[in-house]
Amino acid sequence: MHQQERPLLTIKNLNKQFGCGCSHCRDTQGHNLEDNYCPVCGTVYACRNVSLKVYPAEILGVVGESGSGKSTLLRCLYFDQDSTSGEGYIHGYNEGRTNIFTETSQQKNYIRNHLLGMVYQNPYLGLRMNFSSVGNIAEKLIGAGNRKVDFMAARAQELLAAVNIPTYRMKEAPEKFSGGMQQRVQIAKALSNNPPLLLLDEVTTGLDLSVQANVLDLIKVIQRDLKIGMIVVSHDLAVIRMLTDRTIVMLNGRIIEHGLTDQVLEDPQHAYTQQLVYSLL
Amino acid sequence: MMKKYNFAFFDEGSKREIRRATLKAIAIPGYQVPFASREMPIARGWGTGGLQLTLSLIGRDDIIKVIDQGADESVNAVNIKKLIISTTGVQDTEKTAEATLIQSRHRIPEVELREDQIIVLQVPLPEPLRTIEPSEYKTKKLHADQDYNGIWLMLFEQIMKHGRMSTGADHPVQVHGRYIMAPSPIPRFDNQKLNDSKTLTLLGAGREKKIYAVPPYTKVQSLAFADYPFTVEDMSAKVCRLCGTTGVYMDELFDRDTEETYYQCNDVSYCLQRENKEMDDLR
Repeated sequence: MHQQERPLLTIKNLNKQFGCGCSHCRDTQGHNLEDNYCPVCGTVYACRNVSLKVYPAEILGVVGESGSGKSTLLRCLYFDQDSTSGEGYIHGYNEGRTNIFTETSQQKNYIRNHLLGMVYQNPYLGLRMNFSSVGNIAEKLIGAGNRKVDFMAARAQELLAAVNIPTYRMKEAPEKFSGGMQQRVQIAKALSNNPPLLLLDEVTTGLDLSVQANVLDLIKVIQRDLKIGMIVVSHDLAVIRMLTDRTIVMLNGRIIEHGLTDQVLEDPQHAYTQQLVYSLL
Repeated sequence: MMKKYNFAFFDEGSKREIRRATLKAIAIPGYQVPFASREMPIARGWGTGGLQLTLSLIGRDDIIKVIDQGADESVNAVNIKKLIISTTGVQDTEKTAEATLIQSRHRIPEVELREDQIIVLQVPLPEPLRTIEPSEYKTKKLHADQDYNGIWLMLFEQIMKHGRMSTGADHPVQVHGRYIMAPSPIPRFDNQKLNDSKTLTLLGAGREKKIYAVPPYTKVQSLAFADYPFTVEDMSAKVCRLCGTTGVYMDELFDRDTEETYYQCNDVSYCLQRENKEMDDLR
């Protein structure tokens, strides 16, 4: 018997709702909802009882239509939004014994700066657009307690070189970059602390095909070389197929199907997944 | 004389409110305490924060000194001093050692202050994080979380751009290992005087409605990176033309006729006392 591998991240019954809920929608297992929306009080149930595990050096894909709760899930994991209820454990923080969602905001900052990296769909959310690219990467290092300028500058340049930003543009601000370059700076920033877990939210959406291929290549290389676990959110099944090992399918805030990516895409079980897979152009 | 004002201009309730904010500020070193900044007979942004602190603290036995960037006789300093004196009738002085209460704009005197003195600094922008975060709601959260990445990043960017930290005045400091504080636009030269100072330092921002403080014997650390240490303006080679002192903060002046650059103590009363041989201790 080989030893069971410990998960990097465990999420149990994560809930996120926008609004207070009312007697009409509360505790009804969602029977009275229109999709994930309560017509009486207007509460939106963005994530409902989401449970998942990510193992080290594994890429987990999250697919689903827009509004299905994919991005909200990632934002809860990165503490951009407070989750309504649920438990999360991350290996590397208190040996995975403390629920990260109930920690103080100071501790959440610590987790964010030391153990997580996030790449947003919109680079404006992840970067300080009018600071230099080197500075943007240094910010993450500063957050992790680094106070050596020369080390941080060298590390930033090394990372920017790794994501193919030319040396002569490294001190420029990302606002002067093209969308693809901004996305690559974001990836470099997210990687700066060697986080064990990287969260990628629709990283290639809106980029043209050749740039998309570049970014995807880069992600694959990073995963192979650095052995980083990742959660990749995308509505593009081709991206999911290329990158991920396992996939979960979300609909109206719920996980409706999960399994190996090949399995889910070749032999979808849930009616919605079937529709999703066969509506490929 | 017809009595038009209460002692020290304010009614007692106002003074008490300001003093209550001041006590809280002293209890939490470096934390900006909001207070009900009052309308003053001078415009906001002209020292009303410092003036309100001074007026709330002053008693009949106090001896007041008012400084404006090192000078006792600039218009701003004189007007503030006149207002204080005409509403309280207290004595004033230009000699730092004689004063019990010192209100200053952008300088800390060269003479070391004592435990029985209080220095009040006027502050235009009390929030050190304002340049990186415009929202007050968010800067309060950043302070609460001790999330000071932004201000470190600002210093990092300066080093990237200029090869050194380029803050001229108002170089951010960390007080008592907790809050990051704007020391008011004093030159970096004066930052070190705040550290472990014998005197109580109060800082008041009238327009921004904030009071904060550095209690006596408190650690005040100027922010700096491990490989780019904090440096002060180098005054070692500069000699005051009037009193011959070196090693104090100097003004650089230029004589157009002789095309000569010369230096003069910025702290005028210090310079005068040196010249009049009233001060024999060589710093």
